[in-house]
Amino acid sequence: MHIKDDHYTRLLQGLAYTVIILGSLACLIPFLLIISASLTSNDSIIRDGYHLIPAEFSLEGYKTVFTFPDEVLRAYGVTLFTTVTGTALGLFFMTMAGYVLARKDFKYRNTFSFYIYFTTLFGGGLVPWYIMMTKYLNLTDSYGALIFPGLMTPFLIILMKNFIRSAVPEELFESAKIDGAGDFKIYWRIVLQLSMPGIATVGLFLALAYWNDWFSSSLFINDTHKYQLQFHLYNVINSAQFIANMGAGTGVSLGGDLPTESTKMAMAIVVTGPILFLYPFIQRYFVKGLTIGAVKG
Amino acid sequence: MLLPTLLFFLVNSYFPMVGVYYAFTQFDFNSGLFDAPFIGMKNFEFLWKSGTLVKLTLNTIGYNLAFILLGNVLAIVCAILLSELRHKWFKKLTQSIMFLPYFVSFVILSVIVYNVFNYDNGFLNTLLARFGAGPVDVYNKPVVWIFLIVLFYLWKNLGYSMVIYLAAITGISDEYYEAAKIDGAHIFQRIWYITVPMLKSTFVVLLLFSLGSIMKGQFDLFYQLIGNNGVLYNTTDILDTYVFRSLKVTFDIGMATAAGLYQSLFGFILIMTVNYIIRKINDDYALF
Repeated sequence: MHIKDDHYTRLLQGLAYTVIILGSLACLIPFLLIISASLTSNDSIIRDGYHLIPAEFSLEGYKTVFTFPDEVLRAYGVTLFTTVTGTALGLFFMTMAGYVLARKDFKYRNTFSFYIYFTTLFGGGLVPWYIMMTKYLNLTDSYGALIFPGLMTPFLIILMKNFIRSAVPEELFESAKIDGAGDFKIYWRIVLQLSMPGIATVGLFLALAYWNDWFSSSLFINDTHKYQLQFHLYNVINSAQFIANMGAGTGVSLGGDLPTESTKMAMAIVVTGPILFLYPFIQRYFVKGLTIGAVKG
Repeated sequence: MLLPTLLFFLVNSYFPMVGVYYAFTQFDFNSGLFDAPFIGMKNFEFLWKSGTLVKLTLNTIGYNLAFILLGNVLAIVCAILLSELRHKWFKKLTQSIMFLPYFVSFVILSVIVYNVFNYDNGFLNTLLARFGAGPVDVYNKPVVWIFLIVLFYLWKNLGYSMVIYLAAITGISDEYYEAAKIDGAHIFQRIWYITVPMLKSTFVVLLLFSLGSIMKGQFDLFYQLIGNNGVLYNTTDILDTYVFRSLKVTFDIGMATAAGLYQSLFGFILIMTVNYIIRKINDDYALF
C-alpha cells in the first residue's frame, strides 16, 4: 500500500515540476526576447533575426531613444500625472462609496448597489459614450478625457464594499457615533485606517489600468504632446511597420530616419521598465488582495 | 458621500444610454441629438443583410467561450500542480513569473507578437531557418490567429486566475486530506475527490462573472494583435473591434451605434436568461 502511494506521489511531483517549469518558461521567454533584441545591434537583427541571446551586443537602441528624449519624457510625464491623479481621486471616491454601501443602517444601500451594478449589464455602447465625451463634455484633447473614464468601476467598488464590511466591525460605527463623530470623520479616521490592505489592492488595480492605458489617447487625443506613454509606443511601432510595409510593396526603401528594430525594442523596455522594476514589490499586495477577495467570494 | 459615485455613473453610463437613439438615425456629426433624420430600423437591416451581425456574434461568443472554458480549466490544473510543489522558494518564484504577464500592457504584448511572428526577422522564422525550414508568413494566415489569440489570452491571464484558485485551495482544511489518506486514497484520488469538488463554488462565481461580459470581447487584445489588418477580419473581428473601426476609421456613426446597441441588448438578454436558469437550478449561485 505504502509503496504504491509513494509511486503516485512521485508521479504527481514530477508532473507538477515539469508543467510549472514549462509554464514559467513560456511566461518568461517573451520578455527575454524583447530585452535581448533591445541589446542587439540593428544590423544583426535584420540579417539574422531575433535571438534569445544577443548575437551582436550593442546599446545603440537605447542610445537612439535617449538622444531625443523629449517625446518619451513628455509621454512619461502625461502617464505619471494621469496615473497619480486618477488613482488618488478614484480611491477617494470609491472608498467613500464603499463605506456608505457597507453601512447596514443606510436604508437605500441595495437600491444604490444595483444602480452601480446595472451599468455592467447594460450600456449605451461606445459611440453614444464617445459623442457625449467629445460633444457635450468637450473633453477632446484634455487630461480630463484621460482621467475621467477610468475613475471607478463597479467591480472595484463592490470589492471595496466587501472589504470594509469584513475589516471594520459594525460596533465601531456605533461607539464612534456615541463619542460624537460625524459620518465623514468616522470614514476618515476609522474606516480608512482599518482597510489599508483593501485600499492597497484597489489602488494597485487602478494605477495599473492608468499606466497601461492607450485607448483613451487613441479616442480623444489629437495633440501629440498629450499622448500617453503606451500610445506613444504604439505609434512608434505601428508607423514604422506601416512605412516598412509600404516600402516593401513599392520596392522603395523609406527607411531613412525610421526607428530601427533595436530602437523599438529599447523603447518597449523603457516603457515597461517601471512596472518590471516595481513588480517584485507590488506583486505581494496583489496576491494578498486577490486571496482575500477570493476567499470571501 | 455617495454623491460623486452616483454622478459619475450617471454621466459615464446612464446618459450614453439615451444616445442609443442614434442607432435609428442617419447620423451626421455636426447635427444635434435630435436633428438627425430618423430612418427607423435601416441600420440594423443593413447589418443583418450584409451578414456582419451573424459573423460578429459568432466570433465574439466563440472566442469568449474558449477564453472562459480553457482559461478556467488550465488555471485549476496549474493551481493544483503548483500547490503540490515541495520547495517553497520555487513555488513562490514560479508563481511570480506566471503572474508577470498580467502586468504588462497590451501594447507590449503586440511588440512581443511582432517580435516572434514578423516575416522578415521574427523569432519563429529565425528558428525555422536554423532547422532548414522555409519562413512562414503568419500575418497572412487567418486561421492561425484563432489559436494565437486564445493562446495569448491564456498567457496573459493564467497567472491571475491561478492565484484565485490557489487561494481557494489553501482554504481547504487539511483534515479532509488526512482522513482520505488514512482511508487509503492515493494522491490523484485525493485531488479528484476533495480538491476539485471544493473548487466548484469558486469556479461558478468566476464563470458567472465572465458570462456577464460575453458579448464584450477583450478589445485591447484583439485590437493590439490584429490592428486594422483586413486580411484577418473574417476570423478575428469581434463586435468591439467592428464598433471601434466604424467610429474611428470609416465614420459610420449610425451603423456603429446600431452594432453597439445590439451588443448591449443581446448581452443583457443573455445574462438575464442564464441568471434565470441558474436560479432555477441552485439559488445560491445566482448573480442577483
